[in-house]
Amino acid sequence: MKAFLILEDGTVFEGESIGAVKEVISEIVFNTSMTGYLEVLTDPSYAGQAVTMTYPLIGNYGVCYEDMESFKGWPDGFIVREISRMPSNFRSEDSLQNFLEKNNIPGICSIDTRALVKILREKGTMNGIITTNENYNLDELIPKLKEYRVTGVVEKVSSKNKQKYIPGDIGSKECIADKNIAVIDVGTKKNIIRYLLEHGCNVTLYPCNFNAEEIINTKPDGIMITNGPGDPAECISIIEQIKILADSGIPIFAICLGHQLMALANGAKTYKMKYGHRGANHPVKNLETGKVYISSQNHGYVVDINSIDQNIAKPWFVNVNDGTIEGISYCNKPIKTVQFHPEANAGPKDSELLFNEFMKMIGGNK
Amino acid sequence: MPKIEGIGRVLVIGSGPIVIGQAAEFDYAGTQACRSLKEEGMEVILVNSNPATIMTDKDIADKVYIEPLTTEVLEQIIEIEKPDSLLPNMGGQAGLNLGMELAESGFLESHGVKLLGTTAETIRNAEGRQEFKDLMEKIGEPCAASELVENIEDGITFANKIGYPVVLRPAYTLGGSGGGIAHNEEELVEILTNGLRLSRVGQVLVERCIAGWKEIEYEVMRDSNGTCITVCSMENLDPVGVHTGDSIVVAPSQTLSDKEYQMLRTSALKIIDELGITGGCNVQFALHPTSFEYIVIEVNPRVSRSSALASKATGYPIAKVSAKIALGYTLDEIPNAVTGKTYASFEPAIDYVVVKIPRLPFDKFIKAKRTLTTQMKATGEVMSICTNFEGAIMKALRSLEQHVDSLEGSVYKGNSTEEIEEMLHIVDDRRIYVIAEAIRRGISYDKIHEITMIDNWFIDKIAILVEMEEKLKSCESLDRELLYQAKRLEFPDSVIAEWTQNTEQEIKQLRYKWGITAAFKMVDTCAAEFASETPYYYSCFDGVNEVENVSDKKKIMVLGSGPIRIGQGIEFDYCSVHSVWALKNEGYETIIVNNNPETVSTDFDIADKLYFEPLTPEDVENIVRLENPDGAVVQFGGQTAIKLTEALMKMGVKILGTSAENVDAAEDRERFDEILEQCCIPRPKGHTVFTTEEALKAANDLGYPVLVRPSYVLGGQGMKIAVSDSDIEEYMAIINRYHQDHPILVDKYLMGKEVEVDAVCDGEDILIPGIMEHVERAGVHSGDSISIYPAQSLSEKIQNVIVDYTGKLARSLNVIGLINIQFIVYNDDVYVIEVNPRSSRTVPYISKVTGIPIVDLASRAILGAKIKDMGYGTGLAPKSDYLAIKMPVFSFEKLRGAEISLGPEMKSTGECLGISKYFNEALYKAFLGSGIDLPRYKKMILTVKDADKLEAVDIARRFKKLGYEIFATRSTARVLNDNGVLAIPINRINEEAPTLMDLLLEHQIDLVVDTPTYGDKMKDGFIIRRTAIETGVTCLTSLDTAAALLTSLESSETQHLSVVDITSINTVNVAGN
Repeated sequence: MKAFLILEDGTVFEGESIGAVKEVISEIVFNTSMTGYLEVLTDPSYAGQAVTMTYPLIGNYGVCYEDMESFKGWPDGFIVREISRMPSNFRSEDSLQNFLEKNNIPGICSIDTRALVKILREKGTMNGIITTNENYNLDELIPKLKEYRVTGVVEKVSSKNKQKYIPGDIGSKECIADKNIAVIDVGTKKNIIRYLLEHGCNVTLYPCNFNAEEIINTKPDGIMITNGPGDPAECISIIEQIKILADSGIPIFAICLGHQLMALANGAKTYKMKYGHRGANHPVKNLETGKVYISSQNHGYVVDINSIDQNIAKPWFVNVNDGTIEGISYCNKPIKTVQFHPEANAGPKDSELLFNEFMKMIGGNK
Repeated sequence: MPKIEGIGRVLVIGSGPIVIGQAAEFDYAGTQACRSLKEEGMEVILVNSNPATIMTDKDIADKVYIEPLTTEVLEQIIEIEKPDSLLPNMGGQAGLNLGMELAESGFLESHGVKLLGTTAETIRNAEGRQEFKDLMEKIGEPCAASELVENIEDGITFANKIGYPVVLRPAYTLGGSGGGIAHNEEELVEILTNGLRLSRVGQVLVERCIAGWKEIEYEVMRDSNGTCITVCSMENLDPVGVHTGDSIVVAPSQTLSDKEYQMLRTSALKIIDELGITGGCNVQFALHPTSFEYIVIEVNPRVSRSSALASKATGYPIAKVSAKIALGYTLDEIPNAVTGKTYASFEPAIDYVVVKIPRLPFDKFIKAKRTLTTQMKATGEVMSICTNFEGAIMKALRSLEQHVDSLEGSVYKGNSTEEIEEMLHIVDDRRIYVIAEAIRRGISYDKIHEITMIDNWFIDKIAILVEMEEKLKSCESLDRELLYQAKRLEFPDSVIAEWTQNTEQEIKQLRYKWGITAAFKMVDTCAAEFASETPYYYSCFDGVNEVENVSDKKKIMVLGSGPIRIGQGIEFDYCSVHSVWALKNEGYETIIVNNNPETVSTDFDIADKLYFEPLTPEDVENIVRLENPDGAVVQFGGQTAIKLTEALMKMGVKILGTSAENVDAAEDRERFDEILEQCCIPRPKGHTVFTTEEALKAANDLGYPVLVRPSYVLGGQGMKIAVSDSDIEEYMAIINRYHQDHPILVDKYLMGKEVEVDAVCDGEDILIPGIMEHVERAGVHSGDSISIYPAQSLSEKIQNVIVDYTGKLARSLNVIGLINIQFIVYNDDVYVIEVNPRSSRTVPYISKVTGIPIVDLASRAILGAKIKDMGYGTGLAPKSDYLAIKMPVFSFEKLRGAEISLGPEMKSTGECLGISKYFNEALYKAFLGSGIDLPRYKKMILTVKDADKLEAVDIARRFKKLGYEIFATRSTARVLNDNGVLAIPINRINEEAPTLMDLLLEHQIDLVVDTPTYGDKMKDGFIIRRTAIETGVTCLTSLDTAAALLTSLESSETQHLSVVDITSINTVNVAGN
């Protein structure tokens, strides 16, 4: 079946429909990872966005359910050049086409994804519609596309209730836990929790409408604020709660959206990047050691490096390519945050040792 | 400026002559490294024995030594040049080993030379079998269990411990002879017995067999700060068991999930971090197809063939970055030249598919075993880029220039489905066609996978191509959608036309009518994430064109020479690159089209624009329609480029230099004869024929021996000397395996002295940089002959005749640019045997030794400049003060079953040079550089054909005088003993022991001189020659070569070699004197 991707600048791509057959308006972003499409699809940070994969052959190794980063697929839409008709991998349990259908994610294939990426790169991230309606009317559509705003996505992806995990859960290796970590779920990937479990921690997962005092009262050894979707500045009440956590003296490690929220809680500003960082190949430099790591990234907003009060915090990591801030270390407080994804999945595990660093902060043994 | 203090003069070691397994990729890497070092203000001293390389140019290094790559020579150069550092990881295994020997002997330290980049300890840990195993064990990375055994019992015990099947590899045999896979004890005993006997040191490695696992490679970089990145992952379509150099390889990996991909990536980075590598490194893995189990196969702590491929596949210049890292820079400090916005620490992301297919030499060695094993056999490779895998495969297949444009398998028509299934078990270069046929016959994916272990994903891709083939063959009328899909999968117009009963022209018209045209995309290292300016493009049919055509300069397209094969080697890349540089200098915008990832020409900063495309008329036309060049240059890219001449003219592209018509006149026998007659130049009598009957008639008319060959070929492809009717029948059958568009030539064979010239011509004047003379008599292909410049034995009169003939021919053929002519001097008469109005194999070496930039001058002549204004004079240039002797180098040990005796068909893969003021020293250096290292035991075997017996007496006497003990077959021995040269008669192979074979296997013979009878069908001589080659014994098949070797051995000038910096050779300049 024919499908169309129409951007708010009026560009129309004609391709074939994949996944669920339905119309969707969303923010169109692109990811440059050459593997890990399932991890991308199940990363809650993509809620409210339609993802374009720049690698042209997607679905080659099918769907290995154990690789899912959350319980379902999140993006509004999925855009690829070619979807493999022959999933081939010893762990594959399903085809990507079936996965998209089951998760009610519409998509489009057989389009020039590179041409699309070049438009997004030049003009910045924009909204678009994926539709199978051949009789679309651009004059009606474009104002609608321009108007569209992504809101309230954190509430959508965050877990609804408090949940407890112990080592051995969600496919983690079993070990003895001697620390307790409170995880603020603003859209977490499973691997953050899995890494904490494998580092000998019991995890209590709190939904995004958590109460800081309640967490502090449980006296956790450390707090993790996770990744998540959307504009961080929108999360006003969460930021208020995080301020309280930040003053508690409990060691905090935050990733991606968590990192941005912590910065906002400390008076810094965030802004939307032209087209973000989404991929598995971004070099980030540790300013303390000079060492560079290749990181997995997925963010459209970034902390404004100039808005950080040097008395409160200092840059910890920077992006080697564009010099944007990739990590913050807070002065006089046991708080460290990173913009990239040390939990990888998809992407390189070069920076997973940051979890060890977090363990050191909480006096753990691993 | 380097970051490490005290570095100013860097010695770079090249990889020597091109052999199978060590080819042009090291010229590419070395050239890039030298340029990178010079960018940082370093003085570069370069040593390489291979004169056909670009790295040995004056403009690449400050001091250039084309000398044999031995420790003695290097020590001498270090003493003269006093470098403060040595970069050892650019010259392949050969360069690395030399660097290590110099480091380990303490020579470097005592001369204050630092080893740059990777340290000696790192190299030892990566290269030493035991050291590597220990290190991997220490960091918990798995290697295949293995043990060296010296007897059968130990072999059985170890095999029982690790379980069957096991791989057996005899130590110190070449070409993997005597090895194999044993599935049970019986097989083990059989193979091991033979292997222990063949091994010079009596050792065989018994190893766990991982054949059938996925073979995955990572190209990784590490800097001194410990930052590690992956440049590229590559997956072999052929599972473990086929050498990666002989495998079809795809980048990036296709069938690995992120988990597997990251698992291996993490392992690769852990390994290079533990080894402490600084620079580029290649890590090869075997991954179990149905589990997460993996094994580290090997680590190459240097640039390699794979790193060249990864560089071209991603646009990331590994050698350049490695050189910068060696100077102390870190990855985050080195800018990415492609994007200009990112740094070398940014891992490339690619948004296309790259396929590499090896170029195997079985068209040259039709009797060699085609089986692909862990011993590499390919001489070169092609790479293609497309937006889909199927398209990339199709493009790569036609880039091979092996008469194949699709997976169509009409050759299998006669085979039953059972036979096809049986054929799937054969692992050779035809396997992909057999798989396609198996799919056509309905053999299931699972069955094909079970037999070949090739991943179903790849099998499905082949099936998609077969389905398209069937759709095209069965379609009633071709509609837009079907044609679009066929083009998206890169089916050429010619193939679509054939299958849909149209003409190629009709298909092309339909395409344009329906708007199905090629678009060009950029290779930018970052999947379009950042705006880039690399002028590096590939085509596809399913996208928007992104090549901007902004320059207002005049544009010239230079056609490259495609994959490296015997007969068309690195020399043509040298010529193409120099032509590009010359044209750029004259203010033109240059466009290069080529498909060989190993070469300098496909580096993105050589030409103004690089199109990585197949060199076929259709593919080139796509570029022409976009670029609309003002002219094209075809004379530097070997036969590959010449073949495109007619097509380019039809597209309306002006051919710069010698016109197509005149190229044709040199190849078309009748027209050529006319020209010779007009010029009063004799050539050996001959006839043109098409059929075997005509050939027999011609041969009998001329009288045997005769030379038989197809026209329009390079490197004497299919050329044979026939001495009988049965030879004619056999050779004609071989030539006519492929449909011949042009007649076959049958000429009288004259056994005289062969002489060769290259000349530059501007339509009026000529410049002959030098006259070369071959050591071997006519009948041995010029590429396989030892060639001497300047010619030593020609009288003034003969030389004048040669110059006169050259001028006449060049003018009659209206040559503008280069011409190469081969003569025979027979009974003091000069005959022309071949004229090639294009660049030749000898151009680079003559340029270097005379200092005359031949390609540069030819390129300027092409643009209209006059030779007399160029400052190098006209006519024959004065002789250089130096002699240069070009020695062919062969790779016979790699090709099991290949006939090694020399003849009119070229067999050498590379060459090296000996330069000296003295003939004997030059000759000795040439032999030394080619790897002939005599003597050890001073024992030799002599067996010659009857016609050579008397001549052999003198040769034997000279060897005797040098202290050799001579063993000879009975008839040879009789003649020698009758003439007073003591020779020990020895039995033939099928006679009672001890035989010739036993003698060879005692591993105490230095040299075999065996001149085979033409058309020698006897197994004996063949087996002797093969055994000699496979046990590492020098084997000469021409008495002329043997005599030359003797001359060099007898000479006292070879005791202390002098070394020559060729940049100090004064350019021969007649203008001033």
